[in-house]
Parts: sequence; structure tokens; C-alpha cells
Amino acid sequence: MSVRMPPADAAVLARRDRIVATLRAIVPGEGVIAGEREMRPFESDALTAYRQLPMVVVLPETTQQVSEVLAYCHAEGIKVVPRGAGTSLSGGALPLEDGVLLGMAKFSRIREIDFENRIAVVEPGVTNLAVSNAVASEGFYYAPDPSSQIACTIGGNVAENSGGVHCLKYGMTTNNLLGCEIVLMNGEVLRIGGKHLDAAGYDLLGLITGSEGLLGVVTEVTVRLLKKPETARAVLVGFPSSEAAGECVSAIIAAGIIPGGMEMMDRPAIHAVEEFVHAGYPLDVEALLIVELDGPAAEVDHLIERVESIARDCGSTTCRVSQSETERLLFWAGRKAAFPAVGRISPDYLCMDGTIPRAKLPEVLAAMKAMSEKFGLRVANVFHAGDGNLHPLILYDANVPGELDRAESFGADILKLCVAVGGVLTGEHGVGVEKRDLMPEMFSEIDLAAQQRVKCAFDEKGLLNPGKVFPVLHRCAELGRMHISGGKVPFPDIPRF
Amino acid sequence: MTDVLNPRDAKEVEDAVRWALGNDKALELAGQGTKRGIGRPSQTDATLDLSGLTGVTLYEPAELVLSARAGTPLREIEKLLDDNNQQLAFEPMDYGPLFGLDAGLGTLGGAIASNLSGPRRIKQGAARDHFLGVSAVTGRGETIKSGGRVVKNVTGYDMCKVLAGSWGTLAAITDITLKVLPKPETEATVVVEGLDDATACAAMAAAMGSSCDVSGAAHLPDHVASYFDGLPKPEAATVLRLEGVAPSVRHRQEALLALLRPFGPVALLEAKDSTALWRSIREVRPFTTELARGRPLWRISTAPGQGHAVAARITPAAQMFYDWAGGLIWAAMPFADEPDAGSIRGALADLGGHATLVRAPAAVRAAADVFEPETAGLRALNKRVKDGFDPKGVLNPGRMWAGV
Repeated sequence: MSVRMPPADAAVLARRDRIVATLRAIVPGEGVIAGEREMRPFESDALTAYRQLPMVVVLPETTQQVSEVLAYCHAEGIKVVPRGAGTSLSGGALPLEDGVLLGMAKFSRIREIDFENRIAVVEPGVTNLAVSNAVASEGFYYAPDPSSQIACTIGGNVAENSGGVHCLKYGMTTNNLLGCEIVLMNGEVLRIGGKHLDAAGYDLLGLITGSEGLLGVVTEVTVRLLKKPETARAVLVGFPSSEAAGECVSAIIAAGIIPGGMEMMDRPAIHAVEEFVHAGYPLDVEALLIVELDGPAAEVDHLIERVESIARDCGSTTCRVSQSETERLLFWAGRKAAFPAVGRISPDYLCMDGTIPRAKLPEVLAAMKAMSEKFGLRVANVFHAGDGNLHPLILYDANVPGELDRAESFGADILKLCVAVGGVLTGEHGVGVEKRDLMPEMFSEIDLAAQQRVKCAFDEKGLLNPGKVFPVLHRCAELGRMHISGGKVPFPDIPRF
Repeated sequence: MTDVLNPRDAKEVEDAVRWALGNDKALELAGQGTKRGIGRPSQTDATLDLSGLTGVTLYEPAELVLSARAGTPLREIEKLLDDNNQQLAFEPMDYGPLFGLDAGLGTLGGAIASNLSGPRRIKQGAARDHFLGVSAVTGRGETIKSGGRVVKNVTGYDMCKVLAGSWGTLAAITDITLKVLPKPETEATVVVEGLDDATACAAMAAAMGSSCDVSGAAHLPDHVASYFDGLPKPEAATVLRLEGVAPSVRHRQEALLALLRPFGPVALLEAKDSTALWRSIREVRPFTTELARGRPLWRISTAPGQGHAVAARITPAAQMFYDWAGGLIWAAMPFADEPDAGSIRGALADLGGHATLVRAPAAVRAAADVFEPETAGLRALNKRVKDGFDPKGVLNPGRMWAGV
């Protein structure tokens, strides 16, 4: 493991037996796992390049237990790493040697479905897809649909502010939440929001969403439900260049059309996917777009005609409209299987997650090609084209000495480029440990200190998921200090502008 | 109040906050001052007037993104977007006329600081949902930035969210980047006539639970209906807006008319009347008249299905109407100095939600909780968040809660 984590606290490790015994008293039965073999499945999340056995795994079942575990760890100065399904691609749930891994998988009940108010109240361990499945009988669904939706949990979605292929039109997690119950590191249980819009006071729910498990442990979430569109159809369009495909995306949006989903793949990704899924993707194109329109049939048919015409104007060489629900799902099956498909053609891969202003796509793809040659590693690209979120997959072999390091350097260079062209380090996978040390590319020390003061408001001892997101940890007392000389900030006179 | 500081750029905003810090002064943050009457009356030593920070700094329609300085008039931004067939999808309402000011004076910074939204909140969210990036000067006199110009971004905490709706108590926002969206090609409104509040809420729930993709759902009871534009007759009207491409709107209006016919007589408003109607709903028209301005005004957010139950707990002498499918109640109380916070907050304690006393005489606002009182835990957490941004309380101290 090449990533530097906070040094283990020897005093905590020395008390391990007593800590385990205390935790067993709080979470009885099989809820505390301390054997090395049994803890092995928890040693990494989906970013498997980094592994670490935790000190102990705790799987609480009630808010009361979460509260007691956290209050105990808070009092004893023990670090805690929360974990949902462990599908994070940024190492957000990477355990700490001297930390409790708090697995939320047993919070798997749907507490309430309220169709009148179009909400569901769910526990954080419920999978994303299970929410939609539970309300499908009445024609409703939960909009954010990350590709890992079969496995990933709502709690993890809140932590990462997950998106998915439909978020250009329907928003990310943060746009689809109404409330939560959260346990702070000191054990305090807070309820924020509810079934109404816009929680009172500061938008703490907005802060918690995407905070990567650093602010609190969510034990209940209220999500908005949407009625399923009457129909959805997808158009599969091939282009001789990624520039032409990018132009088509811009032209569609400029025409006032916001598709339900708009995805792009480059040649290496198309080939990997087609070999795996046989979705009928054209193999003689440089870029492939999937554009999905949803709504009443009258609207979808009308917009598909317009999209086809725009695509032609942008030089598309192939264009297929899904003629059945089966065919539409097949179009998507390819895209949704892009990561495993690439996994078949390479022993290992790193999945990056930068977002760029869409117009910069040709520039970024060209630069990536050059980097690929420089680092001697292949790269395949899938791209949430509508919102500029890139997922370059860097192919490497962990068994070849030096390849992981090269892949990481390649990835870092891609992300720096994303920031340089006006984009950001991560669109939906989170900073975690993976992009932590790149944070200064985007933020000044002042920016990072302001964010860490938010952390201090929730967790003043810095015990919850330390070593993630922030490259340098500061004590809250130090962050709270004002830089004042001689008792005053040096600015004596009233400014006259 | 003696001094007004008029910074011309972000650097001068930083200077102003540092001056306040260095001299133990408290600042009132203001744009055009259209929302000055909202919040607890607070003691400040000077006004930090941000209306000099103007101008759109970036607008790329095909990228759906716009950046502007905080003092830019909202009207200017909306005009620019309109010229490009785009809009602020969160449909920001305008508080000005509720306080006797002209419409259209507010700034972008004010829209963000108060997390404005409008009828389309139920479909497209509030200002917070479109707020992509920010540059702001905290109460420490430091300039921070967060977010960016792209829609999808989870790099670091989402500081935009906590700044939206913080009423200038955390930082002086200087630059804002927003997501903008295409303007719908056309719109229409289905009207159901003569419903009582409970039936209206049921009708709205049925519409929202259909696949008609309703973008506005309001119930305008009999006693206020005459104030709204575009209605066929000045009687109780339950109104549902459909927006989109023409073939789609036509299809959905037929579906919605069929769905709602069992609730009562239905009518249809074509685009022109529909636009006028929703503008008057967005502007809270019944409560902007000179007579109405003497009445304390509440803005109540609750679960849509509870809307009529909350309203039933408020004195029948109040004037009220519902937006957000019943989830937003605007209630004007009968007596100037009696907002009756007890019955409203009591109803919400039982039924869920929160209420803001948007308008009341200063003495009343000083004595009542203008913003929903928080539980002890949340109150303490909000205070710690405030202390992180503004430890010496130089920015709008006490505007939201005493001591914050």
C-alpha cells in the first residue's frame, strides 16, 4: 500500500482486548468480529489496491448501538471508519489498523413508504436498487442510479453524493433527499429534515451529503420518490471522432433538450464491452453515444426525431433507436458493464472520476492519448457526457513491478489536467484516500482549513474516518485560532472604496 | 447604523470584513436590501453593501453554466438567460413586493443567501440545487472557494449547500456559479374549480403521483383566488402546471384532465394565462397589497399530505394559500402584532415541518422565533458551524437565531 495513513495509536492497540470486550457488550452476538480471517473481507473496498485489516469490525443493528459505540470510541479516543456495502472506488471505507470498522449492512429495513407524500424512509444499509424495487409496484422509483446500484447502499450514496447515468435530468443524491437521522462521533443522535422540503436552519443535510463518512454516521434516510416516466427509448449513435460526438452532445443541449441519460464511450471501451455483452455496438466508430429520452410517448418520439437530425448534422455514421424495452436495456447493459468488461481485458484497472467542462473533451482525450504512450499503459474511456464526468479506466497489472505506481501517476496526471481545464478531481466517486493528496490542486490551504472547521463542528476530536479527503490533518484548536497580532487583526481604518 | 461600506471587488470585501474584525464591529450584509425586513432585527455597526459587485463573468449556454458577481441584479441574469431560451429553473420568488418594494430589485447573492425557490421547487429544487460554485469571504476575513463550474462534483464538502440559505451569517458571497436550464417550449395549466382544502390536497397528490410530470401544483382558496392572474373565475382553484415540448404538454393535459375530473369541474389555461397565473403565485400576490402588508406573514413547509391539516390548526381569520402540492403554505395572520407562533409551531411539532415568520413588525420579530427553533442538539451544531466560519460574530449576528 503506497498511501500514507495517520500513524496507529499504540496505546489503543495495546488495549485491543478490552476494547473488543466492551464493544461486545454494546453489540452482542455476532455483531463484533475480531478474528483475522473473519475480518479479511473488510480489509478494502472496491479500490482494492489499498488494503488494511481493521482493529475490529462492529456491525450494529440499532441507532442506540451506533450511538453507544461512537460515544465509547469518542471517550476512549478510538478512530472509527464507517462502511456501507464497500463499493467505494476511492478508498472511502479503507480501514485503519487502530480503528473500529463500523459496518452498517444490518440496517437493511425499509421503514416506511408513503406514496401520498412520495417519499420512502429507509435504513442506510438498504441497497439503492432495493428502494426502487420496493416502490415499483405503484410505478415509482428512486432517481439516482449509480452503476453499482445492485450492491451499493443508500448510506454509502449519501456519503458519496452518488450520481448515476440519469443525474443530468434528475439530479444527484443531494437533490433527492429530504431528511436523515445521524449519529455524531460523540454519540449524539440528531434528526434533520423530514417529509417536507428544505430542512429548517443551515442546510446540514447538504453538508452531510458527500462528506465521505467524516461528519457522522447516518442511521436513517428519507428519500424522494418519482413516478416512472411513461416510456423511455434510447438512441445509439456512432461517430468517426470523439470531437464529433462531443459536438453532438453540446448541440443536443443547446437545442433545449435535456435527455434522461447521455453517455459516451471511446473505441477501446466499445470494443471491450461489445466482446463481453454483445450489445450490438458498432465496432468501426471512434466514439459511441447513448442518448436516452424519457416521458410520454408523444414527447419521446418528437425528441428522438430531433436528436437523430442533430446527430446527422454532427456527422454520425451509425444511428439506432431502441425498438423495444429489451433493446433499450441491452444498449444500457453494455454501458453499465463497462467496468467489468475492461476487467476482462486487463488483470487490474484504476477507474478515475474527474469532471470537465464538456467543451474541453477533445483536448482532454488527446492529452490522455499522449499520457497513455508516455506511461506505457492502455486507457479506455466511458463518460457521462451530459454532465462532463469522465471515467478513464487505466489498465495495468499489479503483478508487474512498478505498474501500479505508473498507473497511479497516470491517474494523477489526468486529474490534474481535469482541474487545469476548469474541472474537478471527482464527480461522484469521492476523494477518499485515492485523491486525497491531490486536493491542493483544487483548494488553497485556506479553503481546506474552512472545510476542516466544518469537520470540527461535527467531530472535534477528528476520530471519524481520519486520513480520508484531507491531505494534512490539523487539530481543531489550531484551526479555530484567529491569526491576530497585538490583539487585533491588522486593519485599523475604516475602508473607503 | 452609521457606516456603509461599498466594496467594488472581492478583495475590498475581504478588507471590509478585516476592518470589522479589527475593530469589533458587526456588519449587516446587504445587496439591494429587498429582504432586509426578514429575520431577527439585529444590532450592527455598519452595512456591507455588496450591490457594487456586479456583472456576469461567464455564460456558456451549451454547458448550462453561468457565473456572476453576487451583486448582479437577478432581473439582469433572467433577461440574459431568456434571450438564450434558458432560465433559472428554481424559479426564484421575489420578496420585495411583500415589503412594498418594486418587483425585480433583488440580487443573485440575495437569492442564494436566502435559498430562494418558487412553484417549480417540487420538480427542479431550490437555489441550493443549482448552486455549483462559490467564492466568499468568511467572518475570519478569508476568501474561500468551493465547488466549481461543473454539475457533477464531490470534491470536498459541499460548502455551497451550507452557504445557501445561511442569510449572510457565515460568509459574504462574492462570486456565484449556477447551473442553468433550457426554458420549456410551452406550458399549460389544468384548473380544478371549487375544491375545499382537503380535497384539493388529495387532487394535487393524485396529480403528483401520476406520470404527468407536473411542474407546479397550488391550491388557491376562495378568499384569495381573486388576487391571482389568469384564472377563469375568482373562485377556489386547484391549479397544476405542465411544461415541455408542445406534443408532450398536449398529451399530458388530456391525461391530467381525465385524472382530475372526478374531483370537480375542470378547465384549461393556455400558455399565456398559465404564465401569468404562475407569476402571481410565485410573487405571493395576495399578500403584497398595502392592506395585506400590515399582516404578519408565515411561510410554512410541511409534508404535502399534511398541508390542509396544518392549515386547519391556524385561525380561520388568517388568509392562506398552498403551493408545492400542499407542502408550502403562505399564511397572513389577522393582527399586526400577533403572529400566533404558538398555534403554528404547535401544529408543526405534531405534524412535521418548519415555519418562518417572513414578515412582522420589528418588535414582534425581536420577541418571536423568526426561524424555526431547533432542537438543542441541532442548535448547538449550528452554532459550532457558525463559529467555524465567523467566530467573532461579525456577519449578520443574531439574524437567524440569538447568539448565532
